[in-house]
Amino acid sequence: MVGGYAVAALGSVAVLALPMAKPQAVIAGMLASFAIYAGAVIWVFAVRSATRAWAGLAVAAAPLLLAAWSVW
Amino acid sequence: MVGVVTETRLDRDDAPRLTGPGIRQSMSGLHTWAGLLLGWVLYAMFLTGTVSYFKDELSQWTRPELPHQVAVPDRAAVAQRVADELTRTVPGSPQWSMRLPDARNNSVYAFWRAAPQAAGRRGFGEGRFDPATGRQVAARDTLGGDFFYRFHFQFHYMSVFWGRLLAGAAAMFMLVAILSGVITHKKIFVDFFTFRWGKGQRSWLDAHNALSVFGLPFHLMITYTGLVTLMAMYVPWGEQAAIKTPAERQELSAQLSAFIQPGKPSGEAAPLASVADMVRQAQQRWGRDNVAQVTVTHAGDAAARVAVARGEAGRVSMSPQYMEFEGATGRLVDAHEGVGAAAETRGVLYALHLGRFGDIVTRWLYFLVSGAGTAMVGTGLVLWTVKRRRHLADPDRPHFGFYIVERLNIAAIAGLSVAMTVFLWANRLLPLGLAGRADWEIHAFFAAWGLTLLHAVLRPARKAWVEQLWAACALLALLPVVSAVTTQRPLWQSLYAGDWVFAGIELMLWALAALHAVLAIRTARHRPAMRSARRPVRDPARRAALGEAGA
Repeated sequence: MVGGYAVAALGSVAVLALPMAKPQAVIAGMLASFAIYAGAVIWVFAVRSATRAWAGLAVAAAPLLLAAWSVW
Repeated sequence: MVGVVTETRLDRDDAPRLTGPGIRQSMSGLHTWAGLLLGWVLYAMFLTGTVSYFKDELSQWTRPELPHQVAVPDRAAVAQRVADELTRTVPGSPQWSMRLPDARNNSVYAFWRAAPQAAGRRGFGEGRFDPATGRQVAARDTLGGDFFYRFHFQFHYMSVFWGRLLAGAAAMFMLVAILSGVITHKKIFVDFFTFRWGKGQRSWLDAHNALSVFGLPFHLMITYTGLVTLMAMYVPWGEQAAIKTPAERQELSAQLSAFIQPGKPSGEAAPLASVADMVRQAQQRWGRDNVAQVTVTHAGDAAARVAVARGEAGRVSMSPQYMEFEGATGRLVDAHEGVGAAAETRGVLYALHLGRFGDIVTRWLYFLVSGAGTAMVGTGLVLWTVKRRRHLADPDRPHFGFYIVERLNIAAIAGLSVAMTVFLWANRLLPLGLAGRADWEIHAFFAAWGLTLLHAVLRPARKAWVEQLWAACALLALLPVVSAVTTQRPLWQSLYAGDWVFAGIELMLWALAALHAVLAIRTARHRPAMRSARRPVRDPARRAALGEAGA
């Protein structure tokens, strides 16, 4: 739950790196974050072990983190 | 009574079709637990939300002192009257805003920020104004339909912040429950055309599936868009990272809302120019009936601004479109007629959730499908107990967890019907002069709800279901009678006068009473399924909610 939210939050920030007007990027990030969150939760429950679940989330988070880092 | 004799065979192999471990198995676990944990909260959100599609009508019904509106008055003149009144009664307010009357509203709702010097008072005020006089209406003190509406997303007896956070968490669970539910039911479309009546758990599962699939696009939409309505609160991180200056904040806010933010007052007094003229200009642009809201900042100051916002007719979007005027001169500063792509997307999603763009037919469709959603959550909750009851060692003495779920189900489902109706009773019966009357209506709602929980704990489960359903039925059925006795607007007069707001609501109360009666009768008649000849298995759950439990 926490991991999913973290990825979603990162996603909502990472969108800011896209070439869009700032308010639009902010709103787009918010809109998309719920889909990201839901996807993350499904993923965590779909895989066999907690390790894999965390690994998957980390893989998804890495590029988002890079993108988010660039705009923070 | 439906046949339960063949139950024995079916029961054995009717474990949900999740053979073998794998994604559907894990999704099933996720679905069950995500669904149960917040199921009660979701049921209450769904039911109060469903009712809120008729919020404006309910608000009219709860204020019987306001006469039936035959024709919508001239909005420009109304805006001027209320603006004059607000300028007079809340001087120095940095911002006030009014919603103009329309076909569904016979009064003007306005709210204002208190003047800064009036410290110690709460920061906001609100009121309803008579379109004909501009004065605050002398209707009874009630929250009306807004109580259900606000409860739907922020509950009560807790801060707005925590309430909305809980609603957001519940909505997120709902989203997960819907997605995992779809994955769980691989044969979802086959299941949709399969209905096994009178087969105990199987029937509950089929009902749950049918109700879910029937409204699936709606349920998914309403959950996602529900999250979107409060997304700035749930995921503020992008905003915090990107929006640093007041100018940027202003820019973002203009994409989301037609409430213009108050700047700094000049300190120089200047009377407000004609608000009626500004509304007329907006009417010329968007149509006579399509001007919804007037916001004024620093009325009476030379720096005053006025925003006249467009309604939602003819566009399924809440995105802000407004004309901005200089308050002192009445000069048009800017017409905001569009927002960026993402903001427009958000506007459309928001509007889809509220369904305010629709005509009466659309509204009824929203109400019905949303009712199916309520029934989906309700049947899901009941299914949880029906499924587990068969596996209890001793069905007469279930373990504590089962007991809790079963009793909470009763109070959350049947009890809520009772409590919501009691709220409307309180609206009619509480003395008009009672201090804090609007609050007491709400206390009555929660007191009734608490009593249903107590009742559910004290009585045998099935008796508790039946009695509460009958109680809801009686309360619903008698309410139009109570209303006829306590107000000047009995049902026959409403019918005679063609007042379909009052008549419609009271006829609907009877329809809902009938629905609860059907549920009560079917629950009472239901004989528990037999697992084997020797060991009776009690199945107290109402099987009847199968079709419609959207009450």
